[in-house]
Amino acid sequence: MMIHVDIEKDFQSFKLMSKFVGDDDRIGILGASGCGKSMTLKAIAGIITPDKGRILVNDQVYFDSEKNINVPTQKRNIGYLFQNYALFPTMTVEKNIAAGLGGRKPEEIKERVAIMIKKFALKGLEKRYPKELSGGQQQRVALARIMAYEPEVLMLDEPFSALDSFLKDNLKMEMKHLLDEYEGGMIMVSHSRDEIYEFTNQLLLMDQGCMVELGKTRDLFAKPYRMETARLTGCKNISAITKLDENHVYAKEWGITLETVDKVHNDITHVGIRSHHINRSEKEQINSFLFEILEQSETPFEYKYIVKKSGSNHCHMWWQVPKNKENIVTRQQGGYLHIQPEDVMLLSSK
Amino acid sequence: MLEILKELDYSPLLISLKTGIAATIVSFFVGIWLAGRVVRMSERKKAVADGILTLPMVLPPTVAGFFLLLLFSRRRTIGIFLFDTFDLKIVQTWLGCVIAATVIALPLMYRNARATFEQVDSNLIFAARTLGMSERKIFWKVILPTAAPGVASGTILTFARAIGEYGATSMLAGNIAGKTGTISQKIAMVIQDGNYQLAGIWVAIIIVISFGIVVSINLVTGRRMKNVTRW
Repeated sequence: MMIHVDIEKDFQSFKLMSKFVGDDDRIGILGASGCGKSMTLKAIAGIITPDKGRILVNDQVYFDSEKNINVPTQKRNIGYLFQNYALFPTMTVEKNIAAGLGGRKPEEIKERVAIMIKKFALKGLEKRYPKELSGGQQQRVALARIMAYEPEVLMLDEPFSALDSFLKDNLKMEMKHLLDEYEGGMIMVSHSRDEIYEFTNQLLLMDQGCMVELGKTRDLFAKPYRMETARLTGCKNISAITKLDENHVYAKEWGITLETVDKVHNDITHVGIRSHHINRSEKEQINSFLFEILEQSETPFEYKYIVKKSGSNHCHMWWQVPKNKENIVTRQQGGYLHIQPEDVMLLSSK
Repeated sequence: MLEILKELDYSPLLISLKTGIAATIVSFFVGIWLAGRVVRMSERKKAVADGILTLPMVLPPTVAGFFLLLLFSRRRTIGIFLFDTFDLKIVQTWLGCVIAATVIALPLMYRNARATFEQVDSNLIFAARTLGMSERKIFWKVILPTAAPGVASGTILTFARAIGEYGATSMLAGNIAGKTGTISQKIAMVIQDGNYQLAGIWVAIIIVISFGIVVSINLVTGRRMKNVTRW
């Protein structure tokens, strides 16, 4: 799929300036809520109209303010999975699935609906109304309805946010299998890093209505370049730096000197360290510092600490460790924290 | 008492019911159509259009009667035109009853329909568009069924208002016994004669009808509408 978006729209509260060129069949848009990611998706689908700009999908012009082109949603051939699924409440499952099949022969509609019912495991639910279905079933009906329509591009708008967390993992797996069979392009919007990482190959990061960075999903998570990218991909520790030499920086906010694997170019202004990449050690070694614990909390499978360099007034860092009996640390215990040089991410705020 | 009921001239009841049904049918379609149009208007246009359509509800019915007389009097252009071309008389006829009741009751239908159309989850409409459904199909297959509870209650109110219409009806259609004499006009007339017993009978009749219809429609729609989530 080739997608070219360059649009502007002024909302009262913020300005959307989406600009990117995607060329993968599995594109993700990640950003905090209110960053304009859903609006971008809605503009591509034609649900909202940008003030100006251009939208091209697979060489078809959907929108071009200069040439006065605005293809109606009906003709864009886009399947849009809404956050709340938007199933028609007065139609049964069957009728919902058939909703996009108008203008076809009755036998053809019947056959297509039957195929979808089978494929999406909806047997026995044909006569039910959306209200009588579970969240997961509703999602399958919504997907079946979209797939029956055979869209060229599939758009998933926060597809799992309306589901209970204990159902989510199973449904994600199901969705993955269903998407594997789908040959068209897919764009997924989410605020969940996990979902984006699982489902997409190309990633667009958005912040306050603008694009931050575009790249391969895995690369952006492993080696973000922009500071916002690091933050959006979940990096909790970011500090401004002073460059010492090609492979050493001084992290001003934490008061520690760090060795890096990558060369520190002149455009680098910050470093980022993921809280999982911090390890404890008894002895001093490369990139280590004496620490003290300021706060601690625990989740079912993880300890979380807020730490700082011992005896200093520097800013704190987040440190997360998987739970096992040995690694619980209390405030009284001393020791060092260290970071592998390859885990120091060099970032630019420009 | 029974004897009075036996000897009663039931024409006001028939005229009121016929007027109510006719005015409700007209208001139902016109009201829904207007609501569908107004919902899609820009804010400014909407404000003006809504103001005009709501006026008959907030003004005294006699004001509506005044304008209707101005329009349909056989001494004026439209009245003359209707009579000459279609042989239609509005003033002092049953048709006048229907027109007066429709004008007064239509805002109830329109406003109820509009309010529920606006409450329809806009994602349903967007979803329908992405599925290639035409705007017309979306209106009839998605918006209207989803808004059915509001449309139904609008219909009930329209009917209740139409059978009770007095002010505009008395001005446009007059109170001709057996022709345009509705229940409400009958009540006013017999009270002027000091016949409180007869007035009371008609009052009882109209209460029973209105209450009965409202309750029965409530029950029917209440059961039908279970697929639309309400709080």
